[in-house]
Amino acid sequence: MDHAPCTPAPTAPPPPCDAPADAERRGFLKITGGAVALLAGLDAAANTETHAPPPGGDAYNWEEHRWAYVIDTSKCIGCGSCVRACKAENEVPEGFVRTWVERYISGPGGSYVDSPKGGLEGFPPVPTAFTPTKAFFVPKMCNHCKETPCVQVCPVGASYRTKDGVVMVDGKSCIGCGYCVQACPYGSRYLNPVTHTAEKCTWCYHRITKGLKPACVEVCPTSTRIFGNMLREDEPVRQIIDHERVSIMQGHLLTEPQCFYLHLDMEVR
Amino acid sequence: MPEITGYAFPNDIHIHWSLMIVMYPYITGFVAGAFIVSALFHVFGREEFRPVARLAMATSLCFMAVATLPLNLHLGHPERSWLVMVTPNLSSAMAGFGMLYSGYLLILVLEVWFVWRQEIIKYARQSRGLKRTFYAALALGTYDQSPEAVAVDHRAATLLAAIGLPGACMLHGYVGFIFGGIKANPWWSTPLMPVIFLLSAAVSGIALLSILYQVVAKLNRRVIEGRTVAALARWLWFFLILTITLELLEIIMLAYEKSEAWHIISQLLTTRLEFSFITIQMVVGGLIPLILLGVVVLMDKYLHERIRNTLCIASSILLLIQVFSMRWNIVIGGQLLSKSFRGLRSPYSPEVFGREGVLMAIVLVILPFVLLWLFNRVLPIFGDDLPAGGAHHGDPPRAAAGAAAGAAVAEVEPA
Repeated sequence: MDHAPCTPAPTAPPPPCDAPADAERRGFLKITGGAVALLAGLDAAANTETHAPPPGGDAYNWEEHRWAYVIDTSKCIGCGSCVRACKAENEVPEGFVRTWVERYISGPGGSYVDSPKGGLEGFPPVPTAFTPTKAFFVPKMCNHCKETPCVQVCPVGASYRTKDGVVMVDGKSCIGCGYCVQACPYGSRYLNPVTHTAEKCTWCYHRITKGLKPACVEVCPTSTRIFGNMLREDEPVRQIIDHERVSIMQGHLLTEPQCFYLHLDMEVR
Repeated sequence: MPEITGYAFPNDIHIHWSLMIVMYPYITGFVAGAFIVSALFHVFGREEFRPVARLAMATSLCFMAVATLPLNLHLGHPERSWLVMVTPNLSSAMAGFGMLYSGYLLILVLEVWFVWRQEIIKYARQSRGLKRTFYAALALGTYDQSPEAVAVDHRAATLLAAIGLPGACMLHGYVGFIFGGIKANPWWSTPLMPVIFLLSAAVSGIALLSILYQVVAKLNRRVIEGRTVAALARWLWFFLILTITLELLEIIMLAYEKSEAWHIISQLLTTRLEFSFITIQMVVGGLIPLILLGVVVLMDKYLHERIRNTLCIASSILLLIQVFSMRWNIVIGGQLLSKSFRGLRSPYSPEVFGREGVLMAIVLVILPFVLLWLFNRVLPIFGDDLPAGGAHHGDPPRAAAGAAAGAAVAEVEPA
């Protein structure tokens, strides 16, 4: 952007080194190690060797879960911990993101949006050609839509939605045609340059089925990201969606996103 | 670092549907367009298309033979492409490809067999050794050349052409549907898309045959039939007018409605696609052939044959470029637009080598002509025993309708 530098950038929190987040990330990565081992077919060994049973217990029943996600945009400070946690947890390839944070700066004279590297390294100050009157961050990710176009268009059924409401890709049957990438209105899918298959946010399915939270939710220092089971009345997500005024992304497309937003500005799409 | 104007979603950096996906509709367009030309003779009885009817059918088959190549070259896992046929997800438009492609290929092969059956029998009888075995296999064990059998061949070819015409339209309309059905992308999402694809397929098919017919006739030292060239020009002009109208209509609608995406689409058209859309698709490939063909159609009787033929060749070449640019502007243009509606991606320049590169695209364009040459070696398109300049007179199996024609053929054909 070639804006003349007239005003100082709105506050952007310092990038990476937020110690608590890093510590938390290390914590959950340890747990993830166990989860990966479980997925690799070593569940019997892992059950005997792991000191504490996974919080959710072994007997995960997807009929008893209907996952949903709430993002309170007024709380996000743009630290990028969630983006880094997701990258580490899911081995997201260089140049792509499964979750990202957008920065909006606007005023009567104009608006400016960016997301340098998806917010991976935070947000450096940016000059704007207009006088900003408001600035905020918006975390984004796959909306795990109920009526999702990505599942509809997959020619071989490699993209699917689980009974507990998570949209996933079966990398073993994906032919890498990229139709789902084109069909997603939110830009949340990509073709992995190494595996040549479509990939996206899974809400850390390997974690949530063990009673853990998605990596991004786990590390968020401000509780911007809330995740839970809609079938339980006491869950915060259920409380918020039932009682607060929530928005969804691009509602006119009728994809029925299961990712809900609080305090969303009209600039965001 | 890729050049991005405005704000594009972080994953909206790469062009996933590359040059190969531009080539795919370009090639299937020739399949459908060439078939339309052959159907104008076989189904609608337009006699002026008799000299190009067999050439059109062979061209359609040869392009059909390579139609799946660009798709497989593009797929991340081409070794799994058979899953589209075996375990199709029926809610996906793309899953229909297997059925449409196989169905249309079957119709085309059957029609070619009926149209060339007399030649097949002739070669099976005349040749020796391996060649004889080959033609005998092609004849499928029937050597019946009676007038009744020839009449049946003719009826079968007409019937297959009548089924094949909607088949060809569906095959190519479906390609347009693949794009038109993506609601996430305002540059693609319009019900006009399948129609635009189909009409431009007709343009590319007729343009290709205008060139091929004249080139092949020159090479074979045959007379170029004036009425055939003029008829091709007329139909080309007609389809061109429809195509350009719809292509413009789509954009005018977006602009007039001031649709949500017009802001970014107008930027796309005036920056990234300025050359390929405005200069090539609309002016060089649209307006100029429109004028040239208009001259041919409206002033035919004042034109010297050579001038008319040259004008047709020139407009056809421009139209082949126009249709390619249209495919490019749709496929690549739609991806240059970020779904954030706030920015455009870096301009796309395809790799030169590599399986999705420019060289491969050139090979894909040349390959059908090599196949056509081979086809002509096996089953002569114009018939080798015909007097020069009389290609259409000795076009026996698909000669004029009815058993009477069949009887005439039996007289011409050496047993």
